Amino acid sequence: MRSRPQSSSSINRLPSGIVATLVLIPASALAVFYAWPFITLMVEAVDVEAARATFERDRTWSIVWFTTWQAVVSTALTIVLGLAPAWVISRYSFVGRRLLLSLLTAVFVLPTVVMGAAFLALFPDSIDRTAWGVIATHVVFNLAVVVRTVGAVWEHLPHDMEHAAATLGATPLTIFREITLPLLRPAVTAAAAIVFLFTFTSFGVVRILGAPGTRTIEVEVWRRATQLGQVDQAAVLALVQLAILGVVAILSAVSSRRHSRALALRPSSRPLRARTPRAKALVTVVVLATAAIAAAPLVALVVKSFSSPNGWTTAGWTGLGSAEIRPGLSLGLDPIGALVNSARTAAWSTVFATVTGALAALGIAAAGRAGRFLDAGLMLPIATSAVTIGFGMLITFDTAPYDWRASWWIVPVGHALVAVPFVVRSTLGVLRAVDGQLSLAAATLGASPTRAWAEVVVPHLWRPLAVGAALAAAISLGEFGATSFLSRSGGETLPVAIAELLGRTGSLLQTKGYALATILAAATVVLVMLVDRSGDLSGARSNGADSADPDGVDRVGR
Amino acid sequence: MERIDVSFDDTHVLRDVSLRAAPGEAVALLGASGSGKSTLLRVIAGIIAPDAGTVSIDGVDITTTATHRRGVGMVFQDNQLFPHRSVADNVAFGLKMQGVDRNERRARAEAWLERVELGGFADRRVTELSGGEAKRVALARTLAADPSVVLLDEPLTGLDRELHDQLVDELARLLRIADATVVLVTHDVDEAHAIADRTVALSDLQDGGEST
Amino acid sequence: MTPTARRTAALFVAGLTVAACSGSDDVATDVPDADEPATEEATEGETPDTAAPDAEEAIESDSTEPGSATDTTPADASTDTTITLVTYESFPSEGTAINEQLATFSDQTGIDVEILVAGDTGTMLSKAELAVGNPEGDVMWGIDSTFLSRAIGSEIFQPYEATGLDAIPAAFTDLVPNAEATPVDFGDVCVNYDIGALDELGIDAPTTLDDLADPAYQDLLVVQNPATSSPGLAFLLATVDEYGIDGWQDYWQRLVDNGVSVTDGWSDAYYGQFSYAGGDRPLVVSYGSSPPVEVVFSDVELDAAPTGVVEATCYRQVEFVGVLAGTEQPDAAQQLVDFMITEAFQSTLPLDVFVFPANTNVQLDQVFVDFAVIPETSRLLDPDVVDSERETFIDQWTDLVIG
Repeated sequence: MRSRPQSSSSINRLPSGIVATLVLIPASALAVFYAWPFITLMVEAVDVEAARATFERDRTWSIVWFTTWQAVVSTALTIVLGLAPAWVISRYSFVGRRLLLSLLTAVFVLPTVVMGAAFLALFPDSIDRTAWGVIATHVVFNLAVVVRTVGAVWEHLPHDMEHAAATLGATPLTIFREITLPLLRPAVTAAAAIVFLFTFTSFGVVRILGAPGTRTIEVEVWRRATQLGQVDQAAVLALVQLAILGVVAILSAVSSRRHSRALALRPSSRPLRARTPRAKALVTVVVLATAAIAAAPLVALVVKSFSSPNGWTTAGWTGLGSAEIRPGLSLGLDPIGALVNSARTAAWSTVFATVTGALAALGIAAAGRAGRFLDAGLMLPIATSAVTIGFGMLITFDTAPYDWRASWWIVPVGHALVAVPFVVRSTLGVLRAVDGQLSLAAATLGASPTRAWAEVVVPHLWRPLAVGAALAAAISLGEFGATSFLSRSGGETLPVAIAELLGRTGSLLQTKGYALATILAAATVVLVMLVDRSGDLSGARSNGADSADPDGVDRVGR
Repeated sequence: MERIDVSFDDTHVLRDVSLRAAPGEAVALLGASGSGKSTLLRVIAGIIAPDAGTVSIDGVDITTTATHRRGVGMVFQDNQLFPHRSVADNVAFGLKMQGVDRNERRARAEAWLERVELGGFADRRVTELSGGEAKRVALARTLAADPSVVLLDEPLTGLDRELHDQLVDELARLLRIADATVVLVTHDVDEAHAIADRTVALSDLQDGGEST
Repeated sequence: MTPTARRTAALFVAGLTVAACSGSDDVATDVPDADEPATEEATEGETPDTAAPDAEEAIESDSTEPGSATDTTPADASTDTTITLVTYESFPSEGTAINEQLATFSDQTGIDVEILVAGDTGTMLSKAELAVGNPEGDVMWGIDSTFLSRAIGSEIFQPYEATGLDAIPAAFTDLVPNAEATPVDFGDVCVNYDIGALDELGIDAPTTLDDLADPAYQDLLVVQNPATSSPGLAFLLATVDEYGIDGWQDYWQRLVDNGVSVTDGWSDAYYGQFSYAGGDRPLVVSYGSSPPVEVVFSDVELDAAPTGVVEATCYRQVEFVGVLAGTEQPDAAQQLVDFMITEAFQSTLPLDVFVFPANTNVQLDQVFVDFAVIPETSRLLDPDVVDSERETFIDQWTDLVIG
């Protein structure tokens, strides 16, 4: 095995049999549960009749158009509105800095249905269910992406460079335009790409908040498949979505390659307190505004869970044991049951994700080039829309001997697909940082590579694995898109139950929906708070992972 | 005629320090690292606001004027070249801020590059420069903007011996061409003597001391 | 990690582990201990249990609060099977005569029936289509004549000729020539109106479809989405019948301009938006047999039905029950189907699901006879037309109304 450019880590000297196993297990899981359904879906979509029916319909094009323009607008607005908080957080230290960052992150990792529910609670009926309601939700939801991604780079921009420009006569505005923005461009582009991906494939938010006529491609795929039974046409739409995203991804990759430049990344300049009154005022305004925007929906959510047309009520909470429309007639779902289902699903999903992720991280670190492929491959499920994943699994695993779509483990597996990359990222950084001298030392004391490794390196992995596990649990709790396809009646998870309850007209049912959403929000936030402990935007100190995305809180609960 | 007048109180770093320089004079400020000499430069540039005291140029009090309006140029210890711009664009930056048109900017930038013996480097990327080349570009950039005051923060610290000696003479020569008032901060006495007309120790200036 | 965080994390992990170990949902199939009821947590509403008939046991269990019903398997049942009845939201999950009948069925046959609500009709059908061969249940109740051809085409049913079919009119059984499903009830989907609410508004009740588009009735009508709801689809077909294949779109445009409200399912429309049930719209697409139900379940004694029916809007609908293809318990499923067309069971239908029994031997309740509206003529489109045009109608309707 070729030795890596770094120190001669013992991981290279692991027996190739072990390495192969480490790589093969996650790889086969990926192949069976992701690649195979994906291919099946594409094959299904290659149906001339279905394609013709889909493309001839005007509605198809208006949906594509809507999906695209709302994603573009959402992305643009998020970037613009995110720059100010990014600047303030990366540059200045102020009371509550860490809290604000945590708040933004918490908002980001909330499940989409919760965000949808929160904004449904916040907006008056006039904005509810319009495109702008959806866009506003998207913006607030994704602020954290901009703040963290752009902020992480901004932290590293030397203040002196701006001072140098000032000594050459540049006004603050000019400095921003000529110096700061161009240097931030790669980060902004990266953030924009991520936000575009999320908003383009938006499912939960649109379903909860959008009027019946407001549909993104993702929602339409779901509708055609599960309400109208038109699987083939739904597959065509899924393919269209993938094609558009593929084009965007290529454009973004080309653009970032052309414009990336080696920034001499220094240790970040420590954020200082604002000194001039003007700076202080600016910082205060930005911080308060950002906090208000991020917190308002959540507050509204909790408030709505206690309100009814007649004033305050706790019926939404106490009545969580049932979802009756009227005595004897039930919605067919049991809110508490959904909670239990969600917890159980999350538990299994976490187990699957953590084990697979740990194996994958070890394998990637050990396997050199093959490892890089595995790494890239494992990231694919995140880039693929949740609906596509669930839909693919639904139509693939439907005949013996792999008739798994009704099995209890299929939903947790679907969730785990999306969670594994986070476990990997979280673990891999530490693994690479820790390995090396330690295991060499162990070797000189007579330990075989495997032994050295097990005794010396592996114990360092518990913490990042715990972090990854918490993220996996949060992701599973909030997952909505794939679950909408795979869940069987009676086995609903919380997000599915919430969507159902909020879609009804009866106010008591809606109040219960808000109550459930509050529970789900609280659970997710707690999980993430356990994980996101440092106030360091770039996470460089906390676990040595790559700087753009410290704890891997890139995409949760879609 | 230019005069720089700084006196202020700063309980931590600079305590009642005053410095005067005659127009066109080059003053070297000596001090050990961490003694506050860089801070003094930054006060002059307007990057740091003094807790007390005033800064004036030519009799005009600029203590509350923003950096970009002071007409004070500064060469930073780590150069701070703009990595996303070419060498020529860096050098021409100050001219651009002054509204000079493109062709003229280019011509003057290239002229300055010749003077620092980097003719032909105009379209190079800043990230490809060696330490010495970068220092010269930084210098050219500051001087091209024709400031009335030039500040140099440890310009030759950290360069290897040969480069250092080479640049000392060049620096002296360039600063004379520039015809600005210069404040140079260093911890190297020989460098100070070679470049400056007058050398002052920061420690002498502290607590209301006078420069000789 | 700080100690607090560690503790919280440990607590959380423990919680998750407990949840994971609480086992997947299984159905009670094991023989219970004779001394205690075997309890199983069911995820859906359950049929209420009655005391085990065997005097020795004298074990009684009540039907507990909704949502966490327990299931007591009769201690002396000869076979312990449970089958799942997949149905839509408006099928009562407990507490009504239908549920009692199902309990009787369990006593007689030892087969327990678990009710699984799968959403509204369209969604229920789509789920079944997606799961064909591996169904979510054993028997499906609720595919109606408007959706029937789709269900047959997707082969979700296993043909079965029920015993007792001679009591069902030929008009209904003709709809299923290969006995894919069994007709179980019929009714008319009509616009209902709230008499009291209209009085308050000072408006006369509408009498034709055209009236509904009249500005006098602006913002007063709620209908269901034909993609997901069978009464919704029936109403759409009624308008097709009235205005023709080329004319119904204009009519619906007028309805949209007149402020029609749309829900996904019947229960949301009737219990969520209909003024008689507490909402704010006095006109709703429902059944010709809805008024008598309101009389029966009214808190106060009524001598006239509080709601009325616009006869000119009525569309005939036949509902079916069928054995799902791929069920693991076809015999038990077939027994249930047989049971569902017996007089005993059929007699519960009018007051519980607002429909008329298919079994012609059933004596209707007097209150039903008094207050139910059976229109002289009810619309019905040619099934072939429905079959070939349904998708187009729904698509066009969606574009027009939902946007």
